[in-house]
Amino acid sequence: MTGTPRDPRRKEPDRLVSKVSRYQPLDERSHPAYASPRYASSVYRSPREPLIPIRQTLSELTGPSFGPEILLPGDADLTSNAGTGSPALGERIIIGGRVLEEDGRPVSNTLVEVWQCNAAGRYNHVSDTHDAPLDPNFLGAGRCLTDAEGRYRFVSIKPGAYPWRNHYNAWRPAHVHFSLFGPAYATRLVTQMYFPGDPLLDIDAIYMSIPSAEARARLIARFDHEQSRPHYALGYRFDIVLRGREETPLEAL
Amino acid sequence: MTEPDRDPSARAGRCRANYDLYRGQTPGQTLGPFFRQGLLRTRDVFHVPGPSCPERDVFDNVLAAPGAFGEPIAIEGCVYDGLGAPIGDALLEVWQADGRGRYQHALDPSAEPRDPRFRGFGRAATDVRGGYTFASVKPGAVQGPNGGLQAPHVNLVLGARGMTRHAFTRIYFDGDAALAADAVLALVPAQRRQTLIARRSGLREGVSVYRFDVRLQGEHETVFFEL
Repeated sequence: MTGTPRDPRRKEPDRLVSKVSRYQPLDERSHPAYASPRYASSVYRSPREPLIPIRQTLSELTGPSFGPEILLPGDADLTSNAGTGSPALGERIIIGGRVLEEDGRPVSNTLVEVWQCNAAGRYNHVSDTHDAPLDPNFLGAGRCLTDAEGRYRFVSIKPGAYPWRNHYNAWRPAHVHFSLFGPAYATRLVTQMYFPGDPLLDIDAIYMSIPSAEARARLIARFDHEQSRPHYALGYRFDIVLRGREETPLEAL
Repeated sequence: MTEPDRDPSARAGRCRANYDLYRGQTPGQTLGPFFRQGLLRTRDVFHVPGPSCPERDVFDNVLAAPGAFGEPIAIEGCVYDGLGAPIGDALLEVWQADGRGRYQHALDPSAEPRDPRFRGFGRAATDVRGGYTFASVKPGAVQGPNGGLQAPHVNLVLGARGMTRHAFTRIYFDGDAALAADAVLALVPAQRRQTLIARRSGLREGVSVYRFDVRLQGEHETVFFEL
């Protein structure tokens, strides 16, 4: 912020933002195709026309960001955030990791939202009609912000497997839904985290909608003894990698 | 807690050229049928809400408070699948500039003041008939490629059970003189452009109502973008 004072009415780039980051393309091998016939409901819910590529503009390079004021107190602890004063039932777990860009740069202060079913395989959602017990002490939802190093951490219970109607005797592997914003509108990511060693993964149409085995493996948290807390909970590590970026002069947008 | 010495990404000074540190993108997965439990946490979403649940979530479909600068608008429509059936469990997220054309983001070079009555982000889930609505103001024009301006538009993310990952599109406004010169619209084949243009359907209590339907397939399939 040196040099001549800016005329506040001039609509041109500030020195601080003379360079901006354009995001790397979405890696098609890492992401599921929209039409994934084994996942039955994708057949009529997938665009048929090819996506139209555009050059990222200010609309895609900006995006919402949120501060701690949007969080409810204690909202990263799903074993207690229902506020009943009684703990949720199930095997207590700690899920933690880092949100990174492709080159390993941490994504700080970004909102991470999670939701999951309870230990019996039932969502606390009015539309879930699965005949498994509800846990009045478990909302199954939480939010937190990453810290300066991109770290996040939730305490929860291990979700159960549950049946769904995709095909005969279909069961979803245990999973936790994750939603992330990252630094820009273009980096939005919604995904699911799975647990190591789950025998249901190989027959899950949603997990298998990702074409590459190597990419699928990135959705499996690893057991993390160091993140486990003695006499309290097992730890799982799940790092999340958003689209990286390359610097480009703002004038070149 | 952490192990910075074991984690190569914790070291400073990385750049994209360090391919040995390259980490593959985390794949997307469908948000499934129960996303409101995590993303739109109104009390009525839960079988058993718990005392901590507020009536309203921090996120909703209202972007502009009374008095926000600009023309008050409502954007409403339906989301349809390839059979023409409404999708009753879709999530729509919008991101837009305020009435003066300023994004609430550090990158926006505009010298216009931030509008405290406006927030650029909104979320809505469709109802059982596939319907959604947003309350906002018509965005101003924002900077576009090559020094030009883009026509006023709202950026839209769509996700649903059955969508393996979300899709990006844009909502433009019928009758806007700037449509013809918009660089993104120009990339869209002329016969498909109308799928991106919300139609003004009238005035309701001083609010201009725009209709924008999303069709995932079919003759009028909405254009989706690769960003």
